[in-house]
Amino acid sequence: MSTLSTLDESALPTTAPSDDFGGKSSARAVKDQVARVVMWAAFLVALIPLVWILGSAVFKGGQMLLDLTWWTHSQNGITSRREGGGAVHAIQGTLIQAGVTALISVPIGVLTAIYLVEYGRGRLAKTVSFMVDILTGIPSIVAALFVYAVWVTTFGFQRLPIAVCLALTMLMIPTVVRSTEEMLKLVPNELREASYALGVPKWKTIMKIVIPTSFSGIVTGVLLGLARVMGETAPLIILGPYTAVIATNLFDGLMPTLPTMIFQSYGESVQPSVDRVWGASLTLILLVFLLNIAGRFISRFSKVRN
Amino acid sequence: MAKRIDVKDLDIYYGDFKAVEGVSLTVEPRSVTAFIGPSGCGKSTVLRTLNRMHEVIPGGRVDGTVALDDQDLYAPSMDPVAVRRTVGMVFQRPNPFPTMSIRDNVAAGLKLNGVKNKKQLDEVVEKSLKGANLWNEVKDRLDKPGAGLSGGQQQRLCIARAIAVDPQVLLMDEPCSALDPISTLAIEDLINELKSKYTVVIVTHNMQQAARVSDQTAFFNLKATGQPGRLVEVDDTQKIFSNPTEKATEDYISGRFG
Ligand SMILES: Nc1ncnc2c1ncn2[C@@H]1O[C@H](COP(=O)(O)OP(=O)(O)OP(=O)(O)O)[C@@H](O)[C@H]1O
Ligand SMILES: [Mg+2]
Repeated sequence: MSTLSTLDESALPTTAPSDDFGGKSSARAVKDQVARVVMWAAFLVALIPLVWILGSAVFKGGQMLLDLTWWTHSQNGITSRREGGGAVHAIQGTLIQAGVTALISVPIGVLTAIYLVEYGRGRLAKTVSFMVDILTGIPSIVAALFVYAVWVTTFGFQRLPIAVCLALTMLMIPTVVRSTEEMLKLVPNELREASYALGVPKWKTIMKIVIPTSFSGIVTGVLLGLARVMGETAPLIILGPYTAVIATNLFDGLMPTLPTMIFQSYGESVQPSVDRVWGASLTLILLVFLLNIAGRFISRFSKVRN
Repeated sequence: MAKRIDVKDLDIYYGDFKAVEGVSLTVEPRSVTAFIGPSGCGKSTVLRTLNRMHEVIPGGRVDGTVALDDQDLYAPSMDPVAVRRTVGMVFQRPNPFPTMSIRDNVAAGLKLNGVKNKKQLDEVVEKSLKGANLWNEVKDRLDKPGAGLSGGQQQRLCIARAIAVDPQVLLMDEPCSALDPISTLAIEDLINELKSKYTVVIVTHNMQQAARVSDQTAFFNLKATGQPGRLVEVDDTQKIFSNPTEKATEDYISGRFG
């Protein structure tokens, strides 16, 4: 009551209250400004390496990609001192190996995730989940050495492209499991119950309701996992050395890839090779970028929206 | 078509927690029974045992019998999936399938159970949507997503979806609690119509609604805080609202209840 009346009377003298409020808000404004500057600075610092890498790759490798032979020819018969040739052998190898890796990892990963989210109870599920955690933490070089130890040392096989795929599979499965798990958990339980209440069995509910509802998310996760696997180099160096010719047989000989092409050319410090390093780098960045775009495109144009 | 439900000495558990104790009641075919009672007394829990949805929750189990026309739903030979085809359910929050069109939502139960005949599906869709009083509002946009309807329309869509599989009993858990008064009235009218074909059990917090739509009312309450819920009294709705036997019922419906 009293405050109301004092307010009424003191409404006219504007200086006192405005000074009061102005003092407080200016202190807040300073803090706000400081926080804003710090955040922008952090953002810009984080941006520097990204822009720098992209800039160098485009600047130094862009020229290579504009040449049509880059996309149509291999390096067959071209010595490191000579210019010319292309990267089609490496692009093909990267795409084939990534594709085969996905073909093995996606069913295993997605089914594991379905088990963990929809069926997993008790000990077994906890164990599986724990193993996936451990797999996630395995460095790629260790996965490669493991496959090498089993494939070459124990079984006495040759180093083959398929062995590379197996090592990459070990790296891809946990990312697929984790991302799919997240997506399945996002499907509201009410939808499962609605389906059960219609007399639809559990497996059919999963196939026809749960998976379609989370489909775009699962695909996005798979594509992002695939993008990561494409750039993996350690397994390739150990299990899949470079060759300059086109090779498409997973079970015979060597298969070149973009990372090994980069690694190989990097070792030969003459100009044509340096150009190839940057050209191959930019190509790899582009492939990964395209996969990311595809992932985002699919998730944006999915039918489900909350 | 409609079937009679007999519940006898039903105890319901969530793991070790006994949520509801000693429920016995009978629901006559082609009648509406309302479950009322304070929050947490186990109305939803009892309702979900009538189509074996309770056991979907990990640790959920029951003691006692629930019979549908003398057929024990909890007999070992009984397939819970088949039970749910006979006893349909509508939930508190409308939950149409987000990936499906209006048409597919209604046809979902049949489609997912293997019916492919397009003509038959179209007939069922039209009949069910008419049965749920939604046909006129959506007949021109059957291929639009079901999630694009208003809340009240979505709830009627869910009712259409439930009656499309031709159940004999329809369970509804607070079907109007998320709806405005007009949609609520529409659904109450609908329940009145459904009564001529189905046995309906409805949970509601709205006394007037219970009084308006039901023939029989069951009042549930907790024995005491921390104790399992129990059925206090079940009788003709008229009797419950005018002259209940138990004092607790009278206190509750007259609002004198903590
Ligand atoms: N999934 C669950 N797990 C464990 N306990 C549960 C679960 N669902 C319900 N309960 C317990 O069972 C008891 C009855 O709950 P129920 O949901 O049946 O109450 P209700 O009468 O429907 O209440 P409301 O009117 O608020 O919906 C409560 O004590 C609740 O805590
Ligand atoms: Mg409830």
